[in-house]
Amino acid sequence: MSAPAGASPTFTAVGGVLPWLQRHTIVVLVLLLLAFIGCVDLVKPGTVNPVWLSNTLLFAAPLGILAAGQTMVMLTGGIDLSVVSVATGAAFLMTTVTLQVGSGWAVVVGLALGVAVGLINGIGIAVLRVQPLVMTLGTGLMTQGSIIVYSQRILSTRSVVPDFIHVLGGGRLAGLVPIDLFLWVPIAAAVILCLNRSGFGRLLYAIGDNQEACVLAGIRVWRVLLADYTICSLLAAAAGIALVGDTNSADLSLAETYLLPSIAAVIIGGTSIFGGRGGYSGSIIGALILTVLNGLLTLLDSPEPVKQILYGVIIFLLAAAYTRLTD
Amino acid sequence: MPADALPERMRQLAGSHPALVGMPLLLIAALAVTVAIHPDFNSFDAQSMAMAALPLAFAAAAQSVVVISGGLDLSIGSVMAVCNVLAASTMENANFGTSLLIAAAIIGAGAAIGLVNGLLVVVSHVPDVIVTLTTGFIWGGAALLIMEKPGGGAPDEFLAIGTGTVGTEWISSSLILLVVAVAIIWLPVRSSKVGLRIYAVGSDRTAAFRSGVAIGPSRVVAYIIGGLFSAVGGLGLTMTTGIGSPRAGVLYTLSGLAAVVIGGVSLVGGRGGVVGPVIAAFVLTLIPADLIFLNIDPNFGQVIQGTLIVLVVMAGGFLALMRTRR
Repeated sequence: MSAPAGASPTFTAVGGVLPWLQRHTIVVLVLLLLAFIGCVDLVKPGTVNPVWLSNTLLFAAPLGILAAGQTMVMLTGGIDLSVVSVATGAAFLMTTVTLQVGSGWAVVVGLALGVAVGLINGIGIAVLRVQPLVMTLGTGLMTQGSIIVYSQRILSTRSVVPDFIHVLGGGRLAGLVPIDLFLWVPIAAAVILCLNRSGFGRLLYAIGDNQEACVLAGIRVWRVLLADYTICSLLAAAAGIALVGDTNSADLSLAETYLLPSIAAVIIGGTSIFGGRGGYSGSIIGALILTVLNGLLTLLDSPEPVKQILYGVIIFLLAAAYTRLTD
Repeated sequence: MPADALPERMRQLAGSHPALVGMPLLLIAALAVTVAIHPDFNSFDAQSMAMAALPLAFAAAAQSVVVISGGLDLSIGSVMAVCNVLAASTMENANFGTSLLIAAAIIGAGAAIGLVNGLLVVVSHVPDVIVTLTTGFIWGGAALLIMEKPGGGAPDEFLAIGTGTVGTEWISSSLILLVVAVAIIWLPVRSSKVGLRIYAVGSDRTAAFRSGVAIGPSRVVAYIIGGLFSAVGGLGLTMTTGIGSPRAGVLYTLSGLAAVVIGGVSLVGGRGGVVGPVIAAFVLTLIPADLIFLNIDPNFGQVIQGTLIVLVVMAGGFLALMRTRR
């Protein structure tokens, strides 16, 4: 198994290497990513070429965008279980209103669903101090149920993915550069800048570190959290729209399989679920690792259940190794 | 006993265990609503509802024990699926006696799976949400490995444990199974030191540690009990549906957690019991049934379930906010 192989030097190394790696966990992650890519090429030599890289980036983008919101929420010590329902809902809603309101407004409608759910999450968590897990579980069920009910109402409506969304989610520039990178890269840059350079970003870390202290310091914590959960849901909606651009047909299980990866990418990327520690650059590598891992398991041609078990086992081992390294 | 002692005791009970008094009232209200909108509510309806609520009730019981210990188990639905397909695939051509032996073995398997979940949480130091999310993925894969497509079966006598009636036509045997299982699995734990430790660890881990409670083992025991309940829930799924279906259990993870929240178990841990969530499971089962009686799309059930969780927790948060303001 490749996970320990990539990480084992850090365990056996003595002296200054381990502490250095603990401070620069991103190096470990990149090594791990390279190890996984090496595995892919080992299993089927010649696989790793520009086209494969392009595919991997294309598939990683929706997960990466989901993980962006999840990172921002987890940094405050929260979690958002409603992201997959929001992503599916936004994509589905968009495709069903495209013919009536036009492509541009359809996207707006999709994103608006994200903002709406995010605001409900935020009000519950920030103002009424509900535990994020329970709150987002409830809103996730609400969103998913509403979309199912909605889908039964509009059986006769044709669902259409707007052309430019199809290009955005599945197109490639010059046959190689996935166009969804033009969505992901700016989002990534904005999130990283926001977390590292803006007051809002520093507040997210501060709240995750010690919410009581923030309150005592006069920070209006509820405003920060409200904005945070709204941004997270908005990003989830954007991820759903990018995803449906790739699959080109919205069904009700579109983003279903993304719940575990969206959280795992953040955890593997080194953000603590208890908040206050981590960042988005790690989550990006985490999303890439999970996408490569998925490709690797597909390449192994194992049956779906075996693939699912291996995926779970490897994610657990990665999370456990990471916790060991940083604790 | 003085005449006013009983109401006084009731008030004390309501104060110390609000869910024990509130949940039956909520259930009675939900039943009253059901009868009001569906006046010819008959024994068949009562039976089918008890059967429909059975798996969810066990999922809720499993989750509540883990939550009381201060943990969380997002793999319960998958564990139920594993037990469901294990039963349906091995019992198909078995006689009643053999099927009971298999059921015992499956309950053992459920405990073993719970043990693995608990050990992974305690030993790896990875947060329980992550661990059980991944193990849920793994057990889900295992269920698919055992049985790719819904199928299999079990002897009629075995199915009758969940689908029969006891005494009158109104009492489904699934209710008896539920009461007996909760009594056998939970009562001895609750009234022993093991249960006390589980509550202590959930309520304040540091204080429990300083009082000499072994934190890790107590948490693992909670996961084992959760595994036991999940296994019985999986068997209940086999009894009430008659087949095994690798993806049927998945639903019960989140619905079970919903029942736990509505049933008055604080996710912080250390508070509540198993009875509240089990009753909440019946209330949650009545909602889609009522919608069908009202000729409303039963898919609204999920919306209402979600809304109910949100409203319950938000109301709790609102009350707490008011209390701190005062």
